[in-house]
Parts: sequence; C-alpha cells; structure tokens
Amino acid sequence: MLFKLSVKNMKKSMKDYAIYFLTLILGVAIFYVFNALDGQKAMLGLSQSGYQMVDLMVQMISLVSGLVAFILGFLIVYANNFLIKRRKKEFGVYMMLGMGKGGISGILFGETILIGILSLGVGLLLGVFASQFMSILVAKLFEADVTAYTFTISAAAVQKTILNFCIMYVIVLVFNAFSISRYKLIDLFQAGQKGEKQTMKNTGLAVVVFLLAAGILGYAYYQVAYRPETVTMERAALLIAMGCVGTFLVFWSLSGFLLKLLQRFKGVYHRNLNAFVLRQLSSNINTAVFSMTVICLLLFATICAFCSGMSMNNSLRNALREMTPADICVQKLMSLSAEGDFSEAQRENGEKTVLEALADMGFAEENLREYVEISIYSTKELTFGAMLGAYEEQLRAQFPFVNMNTTEDIVGVSEYNKVAALYGTETYTLAEDEYLILCDFSSMANMRNLALSGGEQITIGAHTLKPRFAECQEGYLVMSASHINAGIVVVPDAVIEAELGGTLSLAEHFLAGNYAAETKEEKQTIENILLAVPKETAKEYVGFDAETKISIYESATGLAVIITFVVLYLGIIFLISGAALLALKALSESTDSKARYEILQKVGADEKMVHRALLEQLLIFFLLPLLVAVVHSLFGMRFVRFILSVFNQGDMLASVGVTAAILLVIYGGYFFATYYGSRRIIEEK
Amino acid sequence: MHTVLQVDNVEKYYGSKGNLTKALEEVSFRVDKGEFVGIMGASGSGKTTLLNCISTIDRVTGGHIFVNGTDVTELKGNALNRFRREELGFIFQDFNLLDTMTAYENIALALSIQGKKSREIEKRVNAIAGQLGIAEVLQKYPYQMSGGQKQRVASARAVVTDPMLVLADEPTGALDSKAARLLLENFTYLNDQLSATILMVTHDAFTASYASRIIFIKDGRIFTELRRGEEESRRSFFNKIIDVVSLLGGELNDVV
Repeated sequence: MLFKLSVKNMKKSMKDYAIYFLTLILGVAIFYVFNALDGQKAMLGLSQSGYQMVDLMVQMISLVSGLVAFILGFLIVYANNFLIKRRKKEFGVYMMLGMGKGGISGILFGETILIGILSLGVGLLLGVFASQFMSILVAKLFEADVTAYTFTISAAAVQKTILNFCIMYVIVLVFNAFSISRYKLIDLFQAGQKGEKQTMKNTGLAVVVFLLAAGILGYAYYQVAYRPETVTMERAALLIAMGCVGTFLVFWSLSGFLLKLLQRFKGVYHRNLNAFVLRQLSSNINTAVFSMTVICLLLFATICAFCSGMSMNNSLRNALREMTPADICVQKLMSLSAEGDFSEAQRENGEKTVLEALADMGFAEENLREYVEISIYSTKELTFGAMLGAYEEQLRAQFPFVNMNTTEDIVGVSEYNKVAALYGTETYTLAEDEYLILCDFSSMANMRNLALSGGEQITIGAHTLKPRFAECQEGYLVMSASHINAGIVVVPDAVIEAELGGTLSLAEHFLAGNYAAETKEEKQTIENILLAVPKETAKEYVGFDAETKISIYESATGLAVIITFVVLYLGIIFLISGAALLALKALSESTDSKARYEILQKVGADEKMVHRALLEQLLIFFLLPLLVAVVHSLFGMRFVRFILSVFNQGDMLASVGVTAAILLVIYGGYFFATYYGSRRIIEEK
Repeated sequence: MHTVLQVDNVEKYYGSKGNLTKALEEVSFRVDKGEFVGIMGASGSGKTTLLNCISTIDRVTGGHIFVNGTDVTELKGNALNRFRREELGFIFQDFNLLDTMTAYENIALALSIQGKKSREIEKRVNAIAGQLGIAEVLQKYPYQMSGGQKQRVASARAVVTDPMLVLADEPTGALDSKAARLLLENFTYLNDQLSATILMVTHDAFTASYASRIIFIKDGRIFTELRRGEEESRRSFFNKIIDVVSLLGGELNDVV
C-alpha cells in the first residue's frame, strides 16, 4: 500500500523534478565513466610509459572521486531535503488520515529506493555506453592503437559507483527520518496554507552589508591577485574563508541593494512588469542566499579548473617543440666529495665521463650521430644567496621556502656555446670581467633580475665579475617539458682555467646528443638500449640522469591528458550540481509564485508580458551567481597563474573560449529547461 | 442614460452531449453608467460563471455581451487583453494582492501594465489612495495590513485605471463585519463620488443591500430583480432582499 503511494508520487513528481532526476543520472554516468578508465587500458596497445601514465591517471581520478562523491552527496541530500519541505501539506493529509510518522518515513523510504534504483540503473547503463567512447578518446590522446576492440564493463567501477551512491541514499534516508520526526501536524497544515513568510529586509541595512561585503571581497581579491607571493597556507585559508563569507553577504544584501538602487529610477522601476520582476527576484534570492553562495562557489571552481587546466594542457604541448631540440641529454655527478657515503665502485665511476658511463651500460658511442660533452663546476663561495647580494635578506624573508644555500652551476662560455649550437639556441660572448645567468623559470628569474639590474658583482677566487646583461637570459642545458631552469652561471673560460683546482671544483658532466637514426622506429630502437639498463646498474653511477625527447614527449602528453581528464571530470560535476540546485530552487519558486502570476493575468497583463517577466526574472536569477563567479575568477585566475608559473601559460584566450562554450551549453541548457518547466507550472490550472 | 454593460441572451453549457450542465440560460440585462448592481444567488446558481463570462475569463456558449458598445464575445488575443486591462477593474474575494510588493507598487502595477509613465502613475496612485484613505499604508506590504486595508488597496488597484466597469466577486467574503462595512462604504464612495460603475457578485444580503439594484439568479436563470427606491433606507431594502431570499429558498438561509 505504502509502496503504491511511493510509486504514484514518483510518477507525479517525475514531471516536476525531471531536472533533478536527469542530474542524478548524469552524475552516476559520469562517476562510472571516469572510474571505469582502469578497465579500458586492457584493450589498448599502450607503450610502457603510456601504461604508467594511465595508471597515474586512474590513481588521480580515484582520489578526485572522493571529492566528487562528496559534492554529489551534498546535492542529493540538499535537493531531497528541499523536496520534502515542499510536500509538508501532503504529509499533513496523510497524518490527518491516521498515518503515523513511521508510515510517512516508509513512503519516503520507498521513494528513495525507487529513485536510487532508477537513477543508478539508467545512469550505469548510460555510463557503460559512454565509456566505450571514452576508451577510444583515451586511445587517441595517448596515441595508442586500439588493438582489439572489445565491449568492456568495469566490474570494479560498477561496484564503486553502486557503493558510493548507496551510501549517499542511506544518508538521505537518515536525514528524511530525522526531519519527519520533528514535524508537528499543525505546522504541516499551515505550511500548505501560507507560503514562506516574506522576510523583507531593511534596505538601508542591505546597502551597508553590501558595501561591507564588497570591502571584504576587495581585500581578498587584492591579496590574491596582486600580492600572491605573500599568501602562505594559513593566509590562504583565511582568504578563502573571507571569499566565502563575502560571497554569502553579497547574496544576502544584493536584492535589497538592487531594489534600493532601481527604485530611484522610477521610470525604469515602474515600466511594464519591472517592479514585479524585481520584487519576485528579491524574494527568490532572499530565500536562497545559502544555495546561491554554494552555486556561485561551485561555478567559480569550475571556471578556474577549466581555464587553468586547459591552458596548462596547451602550454605543455606548445613548450614541447621548443624544449626538446636534441634526442638525448645526460648528466652525471663527477669527483664525488670525500664526506659523502659512497661505495668504492661509485667513487671509481665518479671519475668516468658520461660517454664512458654510457659505454659501460652497453650504449656504444656509435649510437650517437653527434654529441657534446661539457663540464659543470661549482664553488662553496657562490651560492644562490650570494648571487642576490644585497637582496638576499629581503628575499629570504619573503620566500622562506626557497633554499638560498645551494651552490650555483658554473659553466665556461665556450663550453655552453657548444651545447647551444647543438640545440640551435642563442650563443654568447663574454668579456674577461663579465658573467651572465641563464634562467627561464620565471619566479626564480624575477628574483635574480633584482640583483642583475643592480649590477651585482660576483667573486670567484681572485676574479670579480660584473653582469653582462641586466636580466636573465633564455637558455638551458637539461631538456624538460617546461621552463624549469632555475639558473646557470656562465663565466669566461679564463676564469675556469685559472681557478680550477683552487676555488672551483668539477661538479658534473653533461652530455647532449642526437641518435644516429632517422625514423621514429630506429630512434626507439636506440632508446630501448637505455631503457633496458637495470636500475641497480644505474645506481652505481651517482647522479646519472638521462632525459630523452621520446620520454619527455610521452610524459608530457600523458600529463596533459591527465590534467584534461581530471579537470573535465571535476568541472562537469561541479557545474551540473550547481546548475541543478539552482534549477530546483527556481522551479519550486515558480510553483510558489503560481498565484502571483495568476494575479498578474487578472490585473490585465497578457501572456506575452507574463512570459517576459518570467524569462527576465529567471535570467537574472541564473546570471547573478555566474557573474559573481566570473568576477571571482578574474582575480582567482591571477593567483592560479602565479602558482602554476612553471607552466609558462602563454595563451589563456583559447582556454577561456572553450570554458565559456562548455559553461554556455551546460548552464544554458539548465536555464532553458528551468524556463520551460516554470512556464508549464505557471500555466497549468 | 449611457449603457455600460449589455448582457444579451447569454448561455453557458458545460460538459459533453451526454452529460450537459446548463450553467446559464437566456440571461439578459443591462447596466447603465454609474449604477451599483448586485448579483445574488446561492452557490451553484451560476453567478460566478456569469461574472467570469463578463470579465472575459470564460467564454459564453451562446449570446452576446457588450461592454461600452464592444462585443467582448468576439474579441480575441491581444484585443481581448487590451480590453480587459483598459475597460475592466477587478476586486476579488481574497484581495489578490501581490505579497512581494508594497501597496503603492500593487496599485501602480495596474497602470504600468497599461504602459503609463511613472510621473502619471505617481499622481494617480496618490490621488486614489487619498480618496480611499490608504495614503498612510502605501509603503506597507500586504502582510503588514489589516483585512480592510488590503481590500481597500485592492479596490484602489481596480479603479485607478478608470475602468468602464468594476467587477467585484464576493468582496466581503474574507472580511469581518466591521471591515466589510468599511469596504462597502468605500464602494458607495467609488460609486457616488467617482461615478464608477460597479457589478458585484455576492450571496450575502447585507453586502447586497449596499447596491442600488439587485439581480437574483437561480439555477442559471434570472429569477427576479429588485430596485432600491430613491429615498428608500438601506434597512428596508435589506428586508426586501431577505424576503426574496427566503422565496428563493435553499442555502441562502445561512445569511440570516
């Protein structure tokens, strides 16, 4: 009997809350698709490093899934709680007819189980099909061949999805039982008679609060966007809290503030149904301050995630071409210090050149068509801190995490030029008393430039050198997917000759070269010799580290793909959760306002006017959180860029464009669904 | 005398061929400018259906209704909307004020829907508020007002557009007796001083006694008509109404 009621209620509310069900189904499907990636790799002919990358991605996604489950759980509990509140009158009737609270809980239990089974079933089905496309996409992105296409269902992902969502539904059940137990019959009845009590805010107070909120946000914006280097962990937490509180206060006061503002323009305020739209809007916002804040923050997170994720992806791909001019580069520590805890074999190998070490490992010189091997020197006198001169103390206080005591890598100019010639990068000439710094890691370069522009002189033994340029030069020795050369000091050859054995000591050898091969396959064959070297063998050569064009490419594309996937996953979940919350809120407001729209028509407004009023009101209701989120993002992105400055984010415009398109489609879709749903609600008799 | 409303042989049927309900049959009457006409009848007699047909909320099955010479049964779409907002004013039993807006904004709404300029809106709202004695509640919200004040605000909204005809559906239904009396005196004021033409539907004899003419409806047909004499007191008119009501029989007894 109770179950019959549940089924009937479901059918009835299906129409009204289609958006909620759809979001649940989407949530389940997306959850499955991303968690099923693990099962997809079996069918892909991935390379070794490709495999590692997929594994890393699966790990990342299962980490992120925890957060996603939390967000979806919040959406479900919140939406459910809110749907229950709207049915108080119905529950009142049940109780009036003699049903106990247990009975009502029973009905809700049945409904939740039904919704759960339905959304899980349909969502999983959708997810299984969607994940087939996903595997093709993964294969394409990792440049793998789909060796044997098989229709795969990941049992682990199905299990995980079901488990996660079951937990969410159980939480919902507990919440429901709790809220039902608190209801009193009289409240249930009165809830049906009168809508929510209008809480008209004192507009004067609203203006004050709005200005306060603007002040709080302004301060947080300034700190985050223009003084990002001062933001420590604790301060970040404080600033985030300020952002949340500020956002909340903005929405709390916004409608009052807007009303006050627009009422001053009587011509606009009293034109057509404007007064009605504004009043309606302000009553909607006033009852939804908390959800609007949550939605706004979700949108903010979505925008930041999309924008930064995509621009990182772009910059990674762009950087690759210019950052890998040679097939291979290898470095190795030389003349190990006496204090270190090294084995006999390691000390012996410490005297060998890179080429000799490679030969030991079975990689013959013939494999290299051309190569350059150079020496890197260091001295205890010349640390990073010493290079900064007078700025050392100031920067030390400002960046407590940067180690100022590391010794600098010193290279003779002619040796560097040999590598630069091989790479095809710029070569330099230095006078007898000059030095220059190569550095492309922008935050390090910024610090170094302070000293360089001040003409900071450095001393190596008996030589005093002045800077050749007022800022760091582009250039690097070790190839990498991004600009992470923290600094190399280039000095005249004569300085090295004179000071070697005295102040200067040999620290490392560095080799850069190209394989004696033309095609990709041949290059891979040569590279496989290196890949086959056992880890134990490599350990005998302290500081031995090889970077190859192929490995950099693979890990960089892999990294780019992982970032894209994680960002898409999080962003879409954030977006649909936020939009669904907003849509639910708006739809229920439309149900509450049905009588008001009827009055409008009785007073003489025609259908067109009423529709326009509804459209305007919903449009503003949807745009407000988006607008605030966009403003947040404008400043937030500056901070994200600062943190991710490793990935020289050149072109943000493309990522912003893609982000806007995704937002427009998903958010816009929810908006239109809400508009047509609301229209149906206010039109039905 | 100028005829504001002419109801001509109006019929209204509900349902299908097999199961036909005749809500109105051969209803004909006229209302002249400046009249205050009451329509009385038991529940189910068809009085509200009649009002709905006049106000163009519902469509007639047969016959014609002329308001100020226009046949409203022929109007469609935008013309109908324009007619409704420019020629008619409505006063409802449950006030139908927008709870989100102040009294001023509620009254102004009727004018802004007509596209009036804000300067004119301000002038007219203040004028009508002064006349109806609600100037001091203009900035209040409906939930801050008494029932009588709400009903007067609703009346103000109905007449602020200078409609040809004001239609009132059980205007005192939701009021206590004191507020009801105040409201009806306001109606008399609207009728006498602002020469508004009022058509009021009620089942309450006391309320009806404020009208100058009463049309009784029974089972969808006009039963009889009572006209108040020039010098006749409201008390004696009330007694005559009660007599007709007892003749009509049925549920109207609950009034006395």
